[in-house]
Amino acid sequence: MTDQKEMHESQHHIVSPVTYAIVFGALLVFTALTVGASYVEMGIFNPIAAILIACIKAMIVVLFFMHVKYSSKLTKLTVFCGLFTFLALIGMTLADYISRAWGQW
Amino acid sequence: MSATIVSLPDQSTARIPKVNFITKENGLLSWLLTGDHKRIAILYLVSLTFFFFIGGALAGLIRLELLTPQTDLMATDTYNKVFTMHGVIMVFFFLVPSVPATLGNFLIPLMIGAKDLALPKINLLSWYLYVAGGLLAIYTMATGGVDTGWTFTTPLSTHYVNTNVLTTGLAVFIAGFSSIFTGLNFIVTIHKMRCPGMTWFRMPLFVWAHYAASILMVLGTPVVAIAIVLVALERTIGIGVFDPTKGGDPLLFQHLFWFYSHPAVYIMILPGMGVISETISTFSRKRVFGYTAVAFSSVAIAVFGFFVWAHHMFIMGISNYAVLVFSLLTMLVAVPSAIKIFNWTFTLYKGSITFETPMLYTFGFMGLFTIGGLTGVFLGTSGTDIHLTETYFIVAHFHFVMVGGMLMAFLAGIHFWWPKMTGRMYPEKISQLAAVVTFIGFNFTFFPQFILGTLGMPRRYASYPPEFQVLNVFSTAGATILGVGYLLPILYLTWSLKYGEIAGNNPWQATGLEWQTQSPPLTENFPATPIMDHEAYDYEWLENQKEKEVASVG
Amino acid sequence: MSDSTAIAHSAHDAPEHGHEEHPAYLRHHFENVEQQADAAGFAMWLFLLTEVMFFGGLFTAYLIYRNWYYPAFVAASHQLDIFWGSLNTLLLISSSFTMAMGVWCAETRKKSGLVLCLVLTFILGIGFLGIKTIEYKEKIEKHHVPGFHYSLNSFLNPDSDEAAKKAGDQPLPLDMARHTEVYFSLYFAMTGMHALHMIIGIAILGFMIYRAQAGAYTAGHVTFVENFGLYWHFVDIVWIFLFPLLYLISRHANT
Repeated sequence: MTDQKEMHESQHHIVSPVTYAIVFGALLVFTALTVGASYVEMGIFNPIAAILIACIKAMIVVLFFMHVKYSSKLTKLTVFCGLFTFLALIGMTLADYISRAWGQW
Repeated sequence: MSATIVSLPDQSTARIPKVNFITKENGLLSWLLTGDHKRIAILYLVSLTFFFFIGGALAGLIRLELLTPQTDLMATDTYNKVFTMHGVIMVFFFLVPSVPATLGNFLIPLMIGAKDLALPKINLLSWYLYVAGGLLAIYTMATGGVDTGWTFTTPLSTHYVNTNVLTTGLAVFIAGFSSIFTGLNFIVTIHKMRCPGMTWFRMPLFVWAHYAASILMVLGTPVVAIAIVLVALERTIGIGVFDPTKGGDPLLFQHLFWFYSHPAVYIMILPGMGVISETISTFSRKRVFGYTAVAFSSVAIAVFGFFVWAHHMFIMGISNYAVLVFSLLTMLVAVPSAIKIFNWTFTLYKGSITFETPMLYTFGFMGLFTIGGLTGVFLGTSGTDIHLTETYFIVAHFHFVMVGGMLMAFLAGIHFWWPKMTGRMYPEKISQLAAVVTFIGFNFTFFPQFILGTLGMPRRYASYPPEFQVLNVFSTAGATILGVGYLLPILYLTWSLKYGEIAGNNPWQATGLEWQTQSPPLTENFPATPIMDHEAYDYEWLENQKEKEVASVG
Repeated sequence: MSDSTAIAHSAHDAPEHGHEEHPAYLRHHFENVEQQADAAGFAMWLFLLTEVMFFGGLFTAYLIYRNWYYPAFVAASHQLDIFWGSLNTLLLISSSFTMAMGVWCAETRKKSGLVLCLVLTFILGIGFLGIKTIEYKEKIEKHHVPGFHYSLNSFLNPDSDEAAKKAGDQPLPLDMARHTEVYFSLYFAMTGMHALHMIIGIAILGFMIYRAQAGAYTAGHVTFVENFGLYWHFVDIVWIFLFPLLYLISRHANT
């Protein structure tokens, strides 16, 4: 399914160590950020911030360490499908639990 | 039924090709350590047949018990074990792998012009995992069985039974990985190994159907795997995720279980639908009507199939709003299946229809799957489901789609591609008889069960009120006929291995790359990489080929 | 979908193939090395999808029970040492970095660099497991393992427990205290499953170090290292989510 040219590119594009180092640094910063945020009272935004930071960290690992940014459309589609199904599982199951004692949570 | 499209080479001079995938290497190890997708398919076929008959024997025991309203043939606990093992074996060790592991494995590389699947070693591993899981299931039966129902509902399975839940769970877990690896292999192969000219929309619809089923295998199976792991942890160390006394929710298991098990029914039926696309085209001599619609509807079934699982849980305690949402979504998932039935019917219109055995099974499929599917709508509607669920209506519904649908499609496929796999034709008359016997037996067995269900007979009960006996006797009588119908193919197909007529490359005058090479095929499938220069189901191209080629076999 | 198909230029290539076109590791059912590497990478991604769904079930359970028993989850999470958790996170992120660098070394054919990176990844992974062992041991000692004489003491009398006291926990009502067992069930299930994947990864790393030393991955055939890298990064991503969800539920003074 991949274009021959696109596939060659994805196979031959070598991500530079500088990119890796920047991502590594960013991951360390975000980790410090998330630990720090847990000590601050932010009400409903605590879990939101934690998940958001985790998502950003995961995203840069996926894009750069796992080379998805430089990969074929098929790889990107595959990652998306995994994410989509994962969210469907969680979302639809939670839909049941959320609505059970509607208004009493 | 004298009209036939079968065109065999001159039997006095025809021979099976000397070099083919069966004769290429000899010895047991060459089969047990093979990477050849065709040999693995045969390995699967043999083991699947074995497990089918075990599951069938269990079905026979169920029907025998239900001849009388009392539990007189076996104790109630034993009956519970019998229907549980019948379900476990039929679902996980027969229906899920049936078409993909046999016909899919054999045909997908041939259909797309590849030499093998992308990951042959993983393919072999898949078979070994299947066998390991199956042997563990047999061990479970031998050591006392399990009686929770194939659905392992908590907290019964975690807290209230002393039977082999763990070993059965492990068997299913292992078989699940077999399924995952098969699906993974198919997806990679279909994406990466099509021959030159084989675009997505030139592939046979059989391949599309397997692609959709493979997506479900890869994305759905791990969730039931983790559900089983959690049940195991619950049973062994009492972690408490499904235990109400510790704050757990038993329904969580059902959510995780059915998240896979609903897509699982599409894993089971989609490959069968793929077979039907092929046979209906060949035996109408016409391209499948609305190729694109059928292809996309396969994928649509796969996608929508992920969003409807809680329709198995309407009465279990989920919220009313969840019931509403899942009921609505269930209406949606029926649409792509209906699209396929319509398209196949339009394929028949103005086609030159002949009634060889695969086509008989195909007609059986279309009628019985339609009935089964329509009754699914009754069950998807939450209002009626409340009354029909956990009755024989459900049993009839899923047997119509799985046995009347899927199993008939499997038999259609086995007969259709038998000449390609073995080089020999099966005997037509007796096989047509078997198909008719199966159809009659099936209807006698399962149609009364719709009535029993609406009258209120519960499922999974060894005893029932005496007023239900007449219909139950009908059902058991039908089951006997059905058993004969399934036994006959074993006998005559085995017979045909030695005495069947030589088939030649293309006894059905079918399109498709698998028919343009010898029967049985070479180990590497094609003498040279084929180039696909025509659309799928292009019978005109086939006519041109015939004019050009000099028929020779052997 | 594009019209293009598999990679073979044509079926009628010259019968004489140069040695570079048919290296020993090219399997016979592939037309060329690119197709094989492409297929292998795609297969690895699909396998990772199955892993995502496998862990997905556990995350679903976690989200439900956290919302049902929030106070219990907060109190129970205070029993985890944020120092060890953060250190583990640093170790794993670093191992992801060294693994990525290892892939780069394989791609640029630097054998000793590759071996160094793999060894570092290995050591960091072992370090992670070592810390996990310390943490598990503490849980066992404090009777916080579900099903094995699980003790509610730390939650009914937080002053008797150092970690709870430090966090300023209030005593929980009895039924809510019981629900801390659900938290620990999920803690052990999720971190245990994660650790199992780490162990498998470390074992494969050991094998890879041996093969890398023999030069197997720096001769142009990097598929194995690349795909293992994908697996390792995935395991890292699982931890990236486990860490805040299990350790950082709420560390601020008043819950």
